[in-house]
Amino acid sequence: MGNKIYYLDNNATTKTDPAVLEAMLPYFGEEYANPSGVYSFAQGAKKAIDDAREQAASFLNADPKEIVFTSGGTESDNMAIKGIAYANTDKGRHIITSKIEHHAILNTCKYLEKQGFEVTYLPVDKYGIVDPGELKKALRKDTVLVSIMYANNEIGTIQDISTLARVTKEAGAYFHTDAVQAAGKTALDVKELGIDMLSLSGHKFHGPKGTGLLYLRKGVRIHSFMQGGHHEFNRRAGTENVPGIAGIGKACAIAAAHLADNNDMKRIKALRDSLEKGILEKIPDVQVNGHPGKRVDNTLNVSVRHIEGEAMLIHMDFEGICASSGSACTSGSLEPSHVLLACGVDHETAHGSIRFSFSKYSSQEDVDKVMEVLPGITQKLRSMSPMWNERKKNR
Amino acid sequence: MALSYSPKVMDQFKKMTNNGRIEDADGIGKVGNPVCGDVMWIYIKVKDNIITECKFETFGCVAAIATSSLGTELVIGKTLEEALEVTDKRIIDLLGGLPKEKHHCSVLAEDGIRKAIEDYRSKQK
Ligand code: FES
Repeated sequence: MGNKIYYLDNNATTKTDPAVLEAMLPYFGEEYANPSGVYSFAQGAKKAIDDAREQAASFLNADPKEIVFTSGGTESDNMAIKGIAYANTDKGRHIITSKIEHHAILNTCKYLEKQGFEVTYLPVDKYGIVDPGELKKALRKDTVLVSIMYANNEIGTIQDISTLARVTKEAGAYFHTDAVQAAGKTALDVKELGIDMLSLSGHKFHGPKGTGLLYLRKGVRIHSFMQGGHHEFNRRAGTENVPGIAGIGKACAIAAAHLADNNDMKRIKALRDSLEKGILEKIPDVQVNGHPGKRVDNTLNVSVRHIEGEAMLIHMDFEGICASSGSACTSGSLEPSHVLLACGVDHETAHGSIRFSFSKYSSQEDVDKVMEVLPGITQKLRSMSPMWNERKKNR
Repeated sequence: MALSYSPKVMDQFKKMTNNGRIEDADGIGKVGNPVCGDVMWIYIKVKDNIITECKFETFGCVAAIATSSLGTELVIGKTLEEALEVTDKRIIDLLGGLPKEKHHCSVLAEDGIRKAIEDYRSKQK
């Protein structure tokens, strides 16, 4: 160890902000009381949760009572989808989502299909955009919920959430968005968006792992799956993760301030853009995946044709670069990225996809390092790719 | 998913011997992987029943590259009969094991070598 790390995998997780860690520490130590205690010693822990709820609410322009703290984005997604599905069976059993959702949504929907619910998976265009017209067509009388992600984790594409939410509302269904990849990258205002539910994950915006929240609009009833005490306004039983909640609250406050720091937001975008430009200039036969404009500013997904992503990642890892790939070989399931396939990217091109994702801790050095080594890596791997060599021959 | 490759796999991947193509090969084995869509081509030169040269081209993961590279090393200098005894199991053992979900990659190397030999033999007839 001790080798320098060039961390460009911030859509996987982010570095915990030191101020977040500091905000958490007292609740691992002296302030260990159960916030439900009636004695004054419990007041510190209780106040930490109240403050965090305020911070989270103000980050989303919500009411503090509309925030439910969870263990992460996955739990928030499960809570929203199953919670609405089971609370509204009298109305119907139809759910609409998209083909490019995170597995926390897709697999929850698949589970519900086995339980007798019906799910429509909306297609996307080549940029990964869901067409509100398609949604309109898919909505039915018995549709109870529409869940469309705000920004995609792999390609960064941003959906037109307010329009999708409006179309949904007109049809009388609830609207949920998984905004895990949008938090800290773009301002989120639940009122302006006109949505009913929104999921966040703490560790994706410099908060602690194992923390998340669900924004649940006042008046929206969900079925609860965690039976126990009266925590989180009866919506999620279990003694609160006080340090974690203090941490995600602080992360919300820091993210809000950072979003207002135009210079740094621009700096991050410029880093991403310069890497994109560099790769397109220095490496032939590369395509950028995702929408060129409607895309979170920190994400770059490129396919280097005729080579495979894992081999590229490992070569970059030798140099200390952390990135990720949608290649079948890295997926464990040996299926290429469902997101890229939904965008109409062919298997081979999906194979050669790599994702670089930036954060406020990224610097020009990271970009320079990638540009220093990636062209050589791709050349080396292409020199032994049968497809690449055939292609060259046929020119 | 964090990948847990053995140090030997990493070494083989890093040093990567025998990659490239042999333009005037005596036999070529082209195999594809139905599991994840990878492709491996093995080229051999044969003289007096002995493999004098062997190269590979692989579009695939670290395991596929490492196993094809080691596979080519193992067959150079061998008779065709000996080369046919290079199994995926043997390659995996020599590499100090492969993650289970990567075993199918080593099968490519074995198949590629066998196909290249078959190709050579069919041309001799
Ligand atoms: S070649 Fe795809 S997993 Fe090994």
